[in-house]
Amino acid sequence: MHSLGGFFGCIACSNTAWCVFAVFVCACSAPPAMPVASQLLRGLPRAKVLASSLLPCQQHQSQFGPAAHRPASRHPSHAWQRHQPSRSYRKTSAIHSYILTPPQVNSILKANEYSFKVPEFDGKNVSSVMGFESNQLPANAPIEDRRSAATCLQTRGMLLGVFDGHAGCACAQALSERLFYYIAVSLLPHDTLCELEAAVEAGRALSPILQWHKHPNDYFSREAQMLYFNSLRTYWQELIDLTSPGEVPETREALLNAFKRLDNDISLEAQVGDPNAFLHYWVLRVAFSGATACVAHIDGPDLFIANAGDARAVLGVQEEDGSFSAHTLSNDHNAQNEEEVARIRGEHPTSERKTVIRQDRLLGLLMPFRAFGDVKFKWSIELQKRVLESGPDQLHENEHTKFIPPNYHTPPYLTAEPEITYHKLRPQDRFLVIGSDGLWETLHRQEVVRIVGEYLTGVHQRQPLTVGGYRVTLGQMQGLLEERKARVSSAFEDQNSATHLMRHAVGNNEFGTVDHERLSKMLSLPEELARMYRDDITIIVTQFNPHMIGAQMQEGQS
Amino acid sequence: MANYSNSLYQQLEEETGVKTGQKLCQTLTFCFFLRVMGISCNIIKPKEVAKLHPLVNIHDLVGALHLPGDAVVSPPEVNHALAVAAAGQGVQILERTTVQQVLVEKGHVMAVETDRGSIECEYFVNCAGQWAYELGQASEIKVSVPLHGCEHFYLLTKPLQEPLSPNTPVVVDMDGRIYARPWQGGLLSGGFEKNPKPIFTEGRNQLEIQNMQEDWDHFEPMLSALLRRMPGLESAEIHQLVNCPESFTPDMRCLMGETPGVSGYYVLAGMNSSGLAFAGGAGKYLAEWMSYGYPTANVWPLDIKRFGNLQSSRTFLRHRVMEVMPLLYELKVPRWDFQTGRQLRTSPLYDRLDTQGARWMEKHGFERPKYFVPPGKGMASVSLKNEKCLIKVINNTSTGDQALELLQHLCANDLDVPVGHIVHTGMLNERGGYENDCSVVRLSKNSFFIVSPTDQQVHCWSWIKKHMPNDPHLHLEDVSWKYTALNLIGPRAMDVLAELSYVSMTPDHFPSMFCKEMSVGYANGIRVMSMTHTGEPGFMLYIPIEYALHVYNEVMSVGQKYGIRNAGYYALRSLRIEKFFAFWGQDLDAFTTPLECGREFRVKFDKDTDFLGREALLQQRQDGASRRFVMLVLDDHDTELDLWPWWGEPIYRNSLLAGTTTSSAYSYTLERHVCLGFVSPPPSPEGLPTPITPDFINRGDYEVDIAGQRYPAKAKLYPFSSLFTQQKRRKDDMELSNLQGK
Repeated sequence: MHSLGGFFGCIACSNTAWCVFAVFVCACSAPPAMPVASQLLRGLPRAKVLASSLLPCQQHQSQFGPAAHRPASRHPSHAWQRHQPSRSYRKTSAIHSYILTPPQVNSILKANEYSFKVPEFDGKNVSSVMGFESNQLPANAPIEDRRSAATCLQTRGMLLGVFDGHAGCACAQALSERLFYYIAVSLLPHDTLCELEAAVEAGRALSPILQWHKHPNDYFSREAQMLYFNSLRTYWQELIDLTSPGEVPETREALLNAFKRLDNDISLEAQVGDPNAFLHYWVLRVAFSGATACVAHIDGPDLFIANAGDARAVLGVQEEDGSFSAHTLSNDHNAQNEEEVARIRGEHPTSERKTVIRQDRLLGLLMPFRAFGDVKFKWSIELQKRVLESGPDQLHENEHTKFIPPNYHTPPYLTAEPEITYHKLRPQDRFLVIGSDGLWETLHRQEVVRIVGEYLTGVHQRQPLTVGGYRVTLGQMQGLLEERKARVSSAFEDQNSATHLMRHAVGNNEFGTVDHERLSKMLSLPEELARMYRDDITIIVTQFNPHMIGAQMQEGQS
Repeated sequence: MANYSNSLYQQLEEETGVKTGQKLCQTLTFCFFLRVMGISCNIIKPKEVAKLHPLVNIHDLVGALHLPGDAVVSPPEVNHALAVAAAGQGVQILERTTVQQVLVEKGHVMAVETDRGSIECEYFVNCAGQWAYELGQASEIKVSVPLHGCEHFYLLTKPLQEPLSPNTPVVVDMDGRIYARPWQGGLLSGGFEKNPKPIFTEGRNQLEIQNMQEDWDHFEPMLSALLRRMPGLESAEIHQLVNCPESFTPDMRCLMGETPGVSGYYVLAGMNSSGLAFAGGAGKYLAEWMSYGYPTANVWPLDIKRFGNLQSSRTFLRHRVMEVMPLLYELKVPRWDFQTGRQLRTSPLYDRLDTQGARWMEKHGFERPKYFVPPGKGMASVSLKNEKCLIKVINNTSTGDQALELLQHLCANDLDVPVGHIVHTGMLNERGGYENDCSVVRLSKNSFFIVSPTDQQVHCWSWIKKHMPNDPHLHLEDVSWKYTALNLIGPRAMDVLAELSYVSMTPDHFPSMFCKEMSVGYANGIRVMSMTHTGEPGFMLYIPIEYALHVYNEVMSVGQKYGIRNAGYYALRSLRIEKFFAFWGQDLDAFTTPLECGREFRVKFDKDTDFLGREALLQQRQDGASRRFVMLVLDDHDTELDLWPWWGEPIYRNSLLAGTTTSSAYSYTLERHVCLGFVSPPPSPEGLPTPITPDFINRGDYEVDIAGQRYPAKAKLYPFSSLFTQQKRRKDDMELSNLQGK
């Protein structure tokens, strides 16, 4: 914490001095009536549940009144630039020692990086996916984003998902452990489900359904596994009853059902409770927190995206001239999406037309318009009260849970039903980037695709140069070679495209290149300040196998 | 060697009428020692460079070395000329024939099996270049040819707008790691990059060599260096980037000579990219070697016997050549320690010494400490770990005395000494030159223990083997791996040993040049020799390796009160040089006789057996030696400010070149730099060598030329007696070191 303390000092000496001041002042609850304060709060990133939160910092925000609810900057980093003129930053020499060195920056950026290569079979990769690389950078403490990746073993295909939690990480954590099982089970043919149930019944060993690809930091909560399993088993038992022998489910339906079913189970578990006090508290935490989900299912040339919330999946397409363009595969479910606004207004009486979406938030509170958990936006007021009264004592210590959203007349206001997009992969589709909104608010999708595309071609598909029969002068060749060298050395630091993208997301300057000083400042922000300048960032970059996709296309045609 | 090649190629053209495409052209480079070797060269100013070569950017140049006599030949044409000349002498050349196996019988080459049948032969020369390693493996008795291929790139341009004259000099820019020469009106340029790409580690793939990939990204540093040196080339068009693998050896020197395991099997390979330049000379030496049994010059640094099987690992070679290739264009630093392929053979003490700050060097795969950081502050005894001496036993199980006979034949000194005596002797060749300089211990009536320099391991073995009669009772064994050697040097060494063994070690009880098996600490059977290879009082301990750590620990803990400390090879070297001890492989070679280095006393002309080289030595004694090993003590040389000598510095006597140094060190006793080297008087008017006299040596003003600066030196024929200083010091030590424990 010493180094963080030093950083505090540096802020104090810059123009943002009042920023620290403001935080301290509100800690002793004396509202500073300064115009600068509202400027500060505009710099705050949107918090998903603003008026009520577990975080003391956010409670203070509410004290400042509506000023905080003005359109939040979508680019908190710009706010940082505005408040942080480098001139004043350099005034004190003590500050310099707190700039992180490149190795320190790298160790922070690389702490959560993970990469998986689809194993080759007989010297060939027969999958349409070459592998994926993922990474996470926390801004909240603890981080509220989660990621998951797994291969379906009973059916083919790979699942990749990003879960962005709010009001705590419980819901996102539960999704990261459970959602893929729900999807995998939904995808199983009737006969396989029967075998599964028979094996459980007879106490035989179960054939595994998922092969997880987890970073050591991606944990599973051991206590709830039994509860989760029972819910899942109930689900497949119902599936067995609903389907007939020989029936193979459709992927689209499966994804849809899995999302809805899991959200339903989360809700039910919270209502039923658990004799174990810890588990009871846990299921309530999961249900009262929330999370968005963006999941990709890739099987051969078939790519399905199931999205609920404001995480996003973007396809990197390589054009004939070698450049990359972005092809968005999901729609954000928030106030910027007119269809979503229309959907929500249509679902509620016209009397609520003004209150259901206020200040670009659902009921003036929640930014994503679709999410798991968040029972405060789903249950009736009576149900919420009943559950809370019967809940464990810990729950009552928390003001947040008792709070009922204003203008709460016709629940449910929120759904976890995903929007499903299908895309048939083509050879020019090179990679898929799934990221939490922390990524997309700092980098435009076109920029994201360009950075990843250049990284991947620069490092992995570096074609050797040949002169052939062309007339090339030594000078031209030297220029070309130097350019190639420069491109490689910038990407050389990262072995992981997600890390490389993250470096750009956090450290990009106005010229679109990584600025070490900026990167260092952003990464050395103290825990309690980090969330004001950036959101949790989670990135999964999946690389496709163009040869395999090309071959599959030809087969399909012939 | 290159010199001979040059005249050979010239001669070839005259003799055969086939054009070798030789063009006299000059080389611009930077290098020092050529002048000593009698090659015409001069250092020129940048302006003159510009005159000689129109394209060179001279703005950052200080000067250049100009070799007007250098030449460029075209490999295919030389090849053709040689083939025609050889065919004229009745040589049959088989093309498109694959050698499948080399057949060996009783350790001698017998025939070569090819896909067109078997060819009987007396000699076989493996000069398969890149593929020499594989060919060596394809012999009935495998032959180790340690070399490895690396990709080598050179660029060809199309003719320039103003075509370069074919007489434009070759340019070598060591800093830019490139060379460039005119080629068909354009330019040919390549280089030796810092990050070489080794190739063919897995084995032969001769087809692949036909269509090697160009790698422009790899060539980028060299292209940039070329354009920096010759900016005018920027508009030149590329013709081709050629990828032509070259083979490299573990120490940057080529491999030639007869292999140690198979007689009649010769090797000439691993030319490190200078094949054509050296081919003529190397061929000549090899031809001499095969016809007379030895070449007419000292080629020990190139002798394949400097390597053994241990350098044959492909991983080792792959890693080592990556280090070797960039060195081609770097300043050749003597005592260079390679960083790759290390820690192969280590003594049990390696870790102990390493944690005590040992800095290591490698000799024949052995790690040995060079020096210690920080240097301890001992006063008296020095304990020195010298793992590296090679040891052999000649053991005769029967009652005959074949072992003695053999060694009497091989060694110049008389070995018929009482058991337990150590004899320092040379093993000479027919010309009286040193093939080996070793210490022989008579362990029993019929078994001997030979201690030789480390890099002799293969050579010495094969020399003895070659002269050994085929007698089942005679047994030769390499026991290097069984022992760790510990050198206990200093006036208090005897006290340390006496305390550890409860045996008096004073000269009365344990005279110099004696060997006893005794116990040291708990360990029994330690071979203790009162000999140190340095001229200092002390002992060598040959310890069976499993006792090594114990003995070392005991010696160190007991020695503490005597001020014992670790010392490395550099200390040993400094000691032996100030004592005027010549060292085989450094000062002595196969062309140096005992008479030339003042070791006549170790040659027993009157012993019963006629030893190898006796005739030659008698002849030389009659004629007088024409050169003499001397010790030169530098005067007026400031150790702090002046450049230090290493070896190979020219020695001037009365301002005339009289010889070169062979080794040098700072002498802590004399507090001066000391060089050892050979001097010879100028030849008589008829061109015959003149015998050297002590007068010649003593009456002369000597100078040693260190990097162009001449330092006056005093020449000595005999070492300084340090007896007095030693005794004086010992008295001081008694007072100081006995009082404090360290």
